[in-house]
Formats: sequence, C-alpha cells, structure tokens
Amino acid sequence: MAMTPHTVIPDEHYTSTGLSHRKLLMWIFLGSECLFFGSLIATHMVNRGKAALLHGESPACLLDIPITSTSTFVLLMSSVMMVLAVSSAERGKLGSMRFWLFMTALLGSGFLLFQVYEFNLFVDEGLTIGTNLFGSTFFTLTGFHGTHVTIGVIWLLSILAISFIRPDMVKNPLNVDIAGLYWHFVDIVWIVIFTVVYLVGRLGVECAGA
Amino acid sequence: MATASIAKRGMFARPIAPTGLWSWITTIDHKRIGALYGVTAFILFLIGGVEALLMRLQLSQAEAGVVTPEAFNQLFTMHGTTMIFLVIMPMGAAFFNFMIPLMIGARDVAFPRLNAFSYWTFLFGAILLNASFFTGSAPDVGWFAYAPLNGPGFSDTGVDYWILGLQVLGVASLAAAFNFIVTIINLRAPGMSMMKLPVFVWMTLVVSFLIILAFPVITVAITLLLFDRQFGTEFFNSAAGASPLVWQHLFWAFGHPEVYILILPAMGIVSEVLPVFSKKPLFGYTTVVLAGIIIGFMGWGVWAHHMFVTGLGPVANSAFAISTMFIAVPTGIKIFNWLGTLWGGSIRFTTSMLFSIGFILLFTIGGISGVMHSVVPSDAQQSDTYFIVAHLHYVLFGGALMGIFSGIYYWWPKMTGRMLNETLGKLHFWLWFLGMNITFFPMHFLGLDGMPRRVYTYSEGMGWDFWNAFATVGVFVLGLGLLVFLQNVWHSRKNGEAAGNDPWDARTLEWSIPSPPPHYNFAQIPHVYERDDFWHKKYAEGADGRPVRTVQGAAPSSEEHGHGHNIHMPTPSYYPILLSAGLTLIAGGLVSHISVSVIGGILALFALYSWVFEPPTAPETQTAGPAGHARDKRRGGGKR
Repeated sequence: MAMTPHTVIPDEHYTSTGLSHRKLLMWIFLGSECLFFGSLIATHMVNRGKAALLHGESPACLLDIPITSTSTFVLLMSSVMMVLAVSSAERGKLGSMRFWLFMTALLGSGFLLFQVYEFNLFVDEGLTIGTNLFGSTFFTLTGFHGTHVTIGVIWLLSILAISFIRPDMVKNPLNVDIAGLYWHFVDIVWIVIFTVVYLVGRLGVECAGA
Repeated sequence: MATASIAKRGMFARPIAPTGLWSWITTIDHKRIGALYGVTAFILFLIGGVEALLMRLQLSQAEAGVVTPEAFNQLFTMHGTTMIFLVIMPMGAAFFNFMIPLMIGARDVAFPRLNAFSYWTFLFGAILLNASFFTGSAPDVGWFAYAPLNGPGFSDTGVDYWILGLQVLGVASLAAAFNFIVTIINLRAPGMSMMKLPVFVWMTLVVSFLIILAFPVITVAITLLLFDRQFGTEFFNSAAGASPLVWQHLFWAFGHPEVYILILPAMGIVSEVLPVFSKKPLFGYTTVVLAGIIIGFMGWGVWAHHMFVTGLGPVANSAFAISTMFIAVPTGIKIFNWLGTLWGGSIRFTTSMLFSIGFILLFTIGGISGVMHSVVPSDAQQSDTYFIVAHLHYVLFGGALMGIFSGIYYWWPKMTGRMLNETLGKLHFWLWFLGMNITFFPMHFLGLDGMPRRVYTYSEGMGWDFWNAFATVGVFVLGLGLLVFLQNVWHSRKNGEAAGNDPWDARTLEWSIPSPPPHYNFAQIPHVYERDDFWHKKYAEGADGRPVRTVQGAAPSSEEHGHGHNIHMPTPSYYPILLSAGLTLIAGGLVSHISVSVIGGILALFALYSWVFEPPTAPETQTAGPAGHARDKRRGGGKR
C-alpha cells in the first residue's frame, strides 16, 4: 500500500519514515498473521483427501457452496462499510463514522452467524473436530478465522462505545484506520480459505447429492 | 514528586515510585527492562547448566546411575528448551532492549509498555515451563518433540506444559520483535539512514523479522498438537491417515530460522566489537549487512536438511542439500569480513575482543561441521549421533554464547558505569575456551564412533568411555569459568573502576552519553552525518589514511547542551504485568483447572481495556520521569 503523506498524524511524535508507530505495528503484525494462516492452510492442503469417509462419501460433500458464497459476500460487503467508516473518520464526521462502524460490525456478525449455522449443521451430520482429518483441519482453520472475525467485531464495537464515552479518544482517525487494516486482512484471508477449502476442496469430489 | 497531581484513572493511580520493588515491576524504561531480561536469562542459564552437568555426570562412565532414565529424558528436553528459548534468545533481547535505543539515538523504544509486557510474559512463560518439574512429569520428548512421541498415549502432561510454556514465550518474542522492528524503522536519529545503522542494529532487525515470520509457524504446530492431545483431533495421528512428518515440516520451518534467530545477534555483537578493538572501521560494512539479510532469507529454504533420513526422496534431499551448502556462503563472507577488519588493525586484546575472536574460531568449526551435514550420505551416518550434538554446541555455545559474553564484557561499563576486571575476564575467557573444546570436541569422535544422541547410558567396551569421561571434565572447567565471571561481577559492583562515557574509544552513539545512561538517554537527540558518527566526531583521516584524533581529552558528549529536565518520558504502568499474568493464567489453567483460565481471561481483559484507556504518558508529569529523577541524583549528577 502506498504510504501517502496524509498518514502522518499530528499527535504522533517525529518518526524517521513519517509513518505512525501504530500503523507500522499493524502492518508488521499482519505480515506475521500471514504465516499463521499460511501454516494452517498448508496443513489443510497436505491432508486434503486423506480423511476417512463420512456416510460413505468424502466429508467435503458437506460443504455447501451457495450458502458459503452468500456469507462470503456478506463479509466482503463489511469491508466496503469499513472503507466508508475510515473515510468518515478521516473527514472528522463522527456521526457517519459511527453508522458505518455499526454496519461493519453488523455484517461481520452476520458472517459469524452463517458460521455458527454451518458448524451446527456439520455436527448434526456427524462431523466434529475429532471425527476425521477433514473435521480436524476444517474446524481448526475456519474456527481460527472465525475467532479473528469475533475479535474484530469486539474491537469495532469497542471503538463505537468509546466514541460515545470518550469522543476525544476517537478524534484521531488512526484508531479507526488501524482497526480497518485488521478487518480487511481478515476478509482477505477468508477469500483464500473460501477458495482453498470450499472451491478447490470440492473439485473432483464425487457426491451423491450433487 | 507530585503524587497528588497524578490523575486517577480506572482503579489505580499511576505508579510513580522511583525506587524499590514497585518501580521495577511497573518500569517501562527500556534500560531497566534490558537489565531484567539479562538477569532473568542468566539465572535460567544456571538452571540449564545444572541440567547439562547432571547429564554429563550420568554419561561420564558406562552404566552410571546418577539419574533415572525418565529423569534423563526430562533433563535433555528441558536443557535444550531452556538454553534456546530461555537463555540465548532473551540474552539477545537483553541487548536489544538496553542498546538499540542508545545506538540509534532514541529516548526509548516505540512501544514502552509493550516492551514491559514482553519481559513479564517471558518471565511467566519460563515459570510455567519449569513448573512442570513440580508436577512430577517434566516434558521428556526432546526439544523438538517429534510426533507421534509427543502425542496422546505416548507422553504425559509434561508435553502440555511444554506446549503452553512455549505458546506464552512465543507471545513474548512476537511482542518484542514487533516493537524492535518499529523502533528501528521509525525512531532513528535524524540523519541516520538505514545504511548508517550499526551492524548490531541491522542484525536485530533481521532477527526480529525472522521471529515475526517463524513464530506463527510453531504457534500453529503446537496448537495443532495441543488439539490432538486435548480435543481428539488427528493432525499427527498416522492411524487416521495423517503424516507425523507434517509435525517435522512445521517444526523445522520454524526451527531452522530459529537457529539464525539465535546466532545473528552474536554476529551483530562481534561486528561491533572487532572494529573498536582493531581501531578500524568494519571491513565491508555493506557486505556484512547484506550477508545478514541473505542469511535471514535463506534460513527459510533449508529446513528439510533436518529431515534427510526421513525419506523425503532424492529430489527434495538434493534441493535442500544445495540450499544448505549455499547458506554457508553469506556466513563465510561475514567471517572473511571480520578477518579483514582485524587485518592491519591496532589490535587490543581485551576480554571482549578475546570472546569475539573465540567466536570466529569456534563458530567456524561449527559452521564447517554444518556443511558436512548438508551432504546427504554423510548426514545419514551422522544423523542423531553425538556428532550433531558437537556441531550444535559449537554453533550455539561456541558461537551464540561466546558472542553474547563478548557483548557483556563490551557493554558492561555502559550498562553499570563500572569496569569489569580484565584479569578475571581473561581467566574466564580461557577457562571457557578450553572447557568448551574439552567438552564438545570429543563429541565429534563419539558421534563418528556411533554413539547415539539422547542416549541414557552405554555398556562398557563400546569404546566410548574415555572421551565421555574427558567431556565431563570439560563441564567442570566451564563451571569454574562461570564462577570467575560471577566473582568479576561481584567485584565490579563493589569496587569496580568508574567507566566514564567512552572507556573503549568506541564508534557508536551509545558511548557519547554518560555511563550508566540517564533515564532520558540523550539530553539532545544527536544529528547523525556519517556511519560510526561518534568516531568521526573524534577522529579525522590523516595523510597516510590512518585516523588522527581531532578532539583531545574527553570524547565529545551529547550531554553538552542540556540538562534534560524538560524531557517528557513515558510513565510507568501496572497493566503490562497484569496482562502478562492474565495470559499466563489462561495458559496455566488449561493444564490445571479451567477456572484458573477464566480468572486469567477476566484479568487479561481488564488489563487490556485499562491499557487502552491509559495515556502512554501521564500529562501531569512535566519533568523527566520520577525514576529518572532518582537516577540523576544518585549517579549522573556530576557528569555534566
């Protein structure tokens, strides 16, 4: 991402690069997170197709692509809301910032509801984290992603609450900006997971229902 | 000391005690945190040393019965884990903390409270790991805990302590690495471009990047292992179709970069020490820096050389053999640059210099035996024998630790304001140099004679008795050296000679301020014009190309222009230690009782929100922090 001069925040101290410490910290943290999800995704790919059958067919047959496409769309739309929230914060419009933050958190929660629904469905079908290798890697990988989304939602709601309790603390658009970086990252990771686990995961898999 | 004017926020008033226990618990001064790191790591070094001594006693003769086989397994696991995660890494971190802001002309690190959080998390993680001894089952699976031995059914709760201890320590390392990357990128003094950074700072940067990229991998590996053990997943269960080799891939994809995390700080220290005591600039600065970066990159492409004997196949083996041979190239370049620095210099054989030269010698031996492992057929013979033990101790003891002790002797005067005794220091060096070779060189022979590593005992007539007894003698020589060092520290504390700003006639910025540095480091932030700027303030180049001293008497000091009384420093805080305690309780609860985790979670959440609401600097304190006041009165007052 291009570091434009407007990323210099007046209330931060002098820095050698002109970037604020906290924003740099978030970028480096996200770099670190790439390796975290990379390792999880790699573990899933290594074990692809090795799982014991469930009801006589591949456990990947449980994946419902239309439903997950919908939840993916919801999550991606939340990134759009986040962009609008950051933009409002940078223009100092507290009211619209609150609205877009709320919308982001709402869509994020919507995604989480889809995940809860999906997890319940899988457990009903007899697939748990300990059933077979597919269950182990699927629930671990998507579960960690869901945890990240949950933390993001709590974070956004915290900023929202703080904007009412201590408006002076959210005067600095950087606070929203940094939460936004995190949020976009979590969405991007989902695109990779959706592609690898769902789309590629169903490739060449013979299912009775399909 | 305006206690009353400190605003109350949340439950606590800001802690401002200038001295005593509370001041250390709440400190966010990078120098104090560095000291805490150093002392803690040193105590853990003694623990790891005792573990090593017990193992060597057990192996000193055939069929010895010093410890039980179970205890022996726990000893080698904890010795390895302790020395790597609790000694060498935090000793490096001690120097990062103390020295990096001083070397780049900054008042503090970018995130002072995060820095305190790193230290406390490290301490609590170390305690959690070692608490396993008191549960009666310390981890007993080796420091790399291979699957399926680490899995449920093959190992006891010790492995859970190992997992959760490492998890907590990983948080500490990550937090520190984030902090140092931002500090080095963002807080350099005006004029200090990246290519004017001291090499030690560069190596810290590379190490920090390695940490942030390597630690998530082991975080995932041990999380999967924890799930296997606690929640019935099947990640490493071959009966369910999984490959236990995935553990090895994940572990070494972390573990090999980790090796460079351990050695690069020592390389950085040596690159600082050699020029100072050779009275020459570092030969080929750019090459040394680039070689360090290349080592950092290549460290990611060599992990499978730990797995040559697992049957990856000829293509993978060849690829990793070649990449492993190639990584010796940047390492070799560094060694030649260090030799080039010595070449034609006016060498002073101080203790620090001796340790640096010892580093070059011993690390070269370890490096060459490393290249031997990259040759697949010879590795197949040497794998899991004492030859490997010899190699890794030449790299980690002869390399990393010798480098770290070079740094200790070099920077001690700056850290404490007092000199260490040179005679005792040299005695320490020679005892360690000899003891190290007596202990570890014979292990090459033992390995080639077929003695397996991690073996509890051996029968008579295997031909291993003599060299094992010989190696055990070496441990006592090392122990003696350690006692000499402790005596030296004690002596320096009691009646060491005052150091002054610049006792070594050194090159980098930390020597331009008083020893020990005042709370605010620099009364005025220096402006940097050259690489080794402080040296250029003292010397110019003469007609013959030799340096000519331009400033007579005391070296120019950054302290000349100000008294530092209007410097606004961050205020101490309770929340870093509370957040660390919360996180550790969450982890500890998973192996004891879940209610502990709940309490930990509540504590962590409370600390996190309080942290966010607490301004980094209490706006009411308009002077240098209270700790700085006390320190000024006690020591630094007369220096200006």
